[in-house]
Amino acid sequence: MERVMMKGNEALAEGAIRAGCRFFFGYPITPQNEIPEYMARRMPEVNGVFLQAESEVSAINMIYGAGGAGARALTSSSSPGISLKQEGISYIAGAQVPCVVVNVARGGPGLGGLNPSQSDYFQATKGGGHGDYRLIVYAPGTGQEMVDLIGIAFDKAEQYRNPVMILSDAIMGQMMEPVILPEMQEIPADKAWATTGKKGRSKPNVINSLGIIGEDLEKINIELQAKYARIEAEEVRYEADGVDDADLIVVAYGTSSRVVRSAIALLREEGKKVGLFRPITLWPFPKQVLQELANKGKKFLVVEMSAGQLVEDVILAVNDRSKVEFFGKLNGTIPTVREVYEEIASLLRKGGAK
Amino acid sequence: MTHEIICAGFGGQGVMLIGQLLAYGGMIEGKAVTWFPAYGPEMRGGTANCSVVISDQPVGSPIVSEPDGIIAMNRPSLEKFKLAVKPGGVIVYNSSMIEAVPEIPGLKIFPVPTNEIANELGNDKVANMVALGAYLGLTKIVDLSSIEEALKQVLPPHRHKLIPLNSAALQKGLELVEKS
Repeated sequence: MERVMMKGNEALAEGAIRAGCRFFFGYPITPQNEIPEYMARRMPEVNGVFLQAESEVSAINMIYGAGGAGARALTSSSSPGISLKQEGISYIAGAQVPCVVVNVARGGPGLGGLNPSQSDYFQATKGGGHGDYRLIVYAPGTGQEMVDLIGIAFDKAEQYRNPVMILSDAIMGQMMEPVILPEMQEIPADKAWATTGKKGRSKPNVINSLGIIGEDLEKINIELQAKYARIEAEEVRYEADGVDDADLIVVAYGTSSRVVRSAIALLREEGKKVGLFRPITLWPFPKQVLQELANKGKKFLVVEMSAGQLVEDVILAVNDRSKVEFFGKLNGTIPTVREVYEEIASLLRKGGAK
Repeated sequence: MTHEIICAGFGGQGVMLIGQLLAYGGMIEGKAVTWFPAYGPEMRGGTANCSVVISDQPVGSPIVSEPDGIIAMNRPSLEKFKLAVKPGGVIVYNSSMIEAVPEIPGLKIFPVPTNEIANELGNDKVANMVALGAYLGLTKIVDLSSIEEALKQVLPPHRHKLIPLNSAALQKGLELVEKS
């Protein structure tokens, strides 16, 4: 297969098209603009629709509509824009409509800056909008995963009739890496549940998130929670590299996992036993695997570009069975390989590990 | 083997392009590569740089903070990155715009009058290619033939008529190293 160099944002956009996405609705914001730019050029070539909406709120509701009609629909934005979409995401989750939302995260809070950031982890994994709902959240760590995970995201969105988020950041989006693109897929929109016309059925398909009678709403929520339990049982993804003999396991995702990987390579050259654990699904979180590693007496260090969000899930997973250290960089800067190396080396010294 | 490079200069000097060519060239040779741009909020007249990593192993951090070599097309870029270069590393600088650089112990510092050489070839815009040619000569990190192949992939088809000129500029840079 031919390898081509693509920016992460462009690789994701082409990956979406090859996964059968034919509807893109968005509103510009840095650092995700390569996605709508690419879609504006590419969608007409595949008889798809690119539409620049008048706002993020409008774009997410267009996704709601296209998803409800059974089509593979995508919207992308960056942190402040994703905040604006939260009401729509909650409605889509409540109505059980498939769609994919991409967050190419930047620094916050507020208007923040254009620098890469991982401080939208809580928003992505704990429900950024109202109500008891969950998104499946994928965190790509390579250009190839930008392509692969967007395809998986569309499949899973349809399988579970649930919104799926790709949580990327400015570095993953702007970096170029070689990627192998999959074959083009055309996915029919005529799903049995979709609002595509009654077509002779006795009952119309209805899509909404309303449960005005208490018992009805409870029933909807029971159904949703059962679905989330299935997702937690079936959809966990992670990478564990060199954890078996490790004295210390560094937990990181996305861009920070890349920096950690370089730091670990330096330490391994010195014979230090350090492993990398990289969640690929941030929800469902790979808590069971971490629990098992903690039971084996492994110590953990969490590295992320935030004041400490992923670290809370690691602490919950480890549940006092082992020690969890934290190294975070606040929004605006990126941890350097040297900084992470020093942090790990100092922890190993303190722990008396060789 | 992992080789990390920073290409830096004013916006418009083509530093992003030579970085991309290095990355494409590495990919063509079957290596793992990354290219990462850093523009800052400014554009025209401001400084821009990109990080390139070429490796036999999967690449970790795409952001280079301790490069094996830099290509500096203007003085602010040289000043910003020269002390970050690893011991044994290489600095290629544009001596058309930067006066002589004092020695730095442990580093190979190589001046290239990129604009003068590009002008001799009849087009000032290939100054970046002259610098890249010299970098290839000094580090042998990617073959010239792979960079020439990369030009076909990086440049849009309607610019392919410029490939011979770009090749000539790369060759001039390479020859400068061979003659030194």
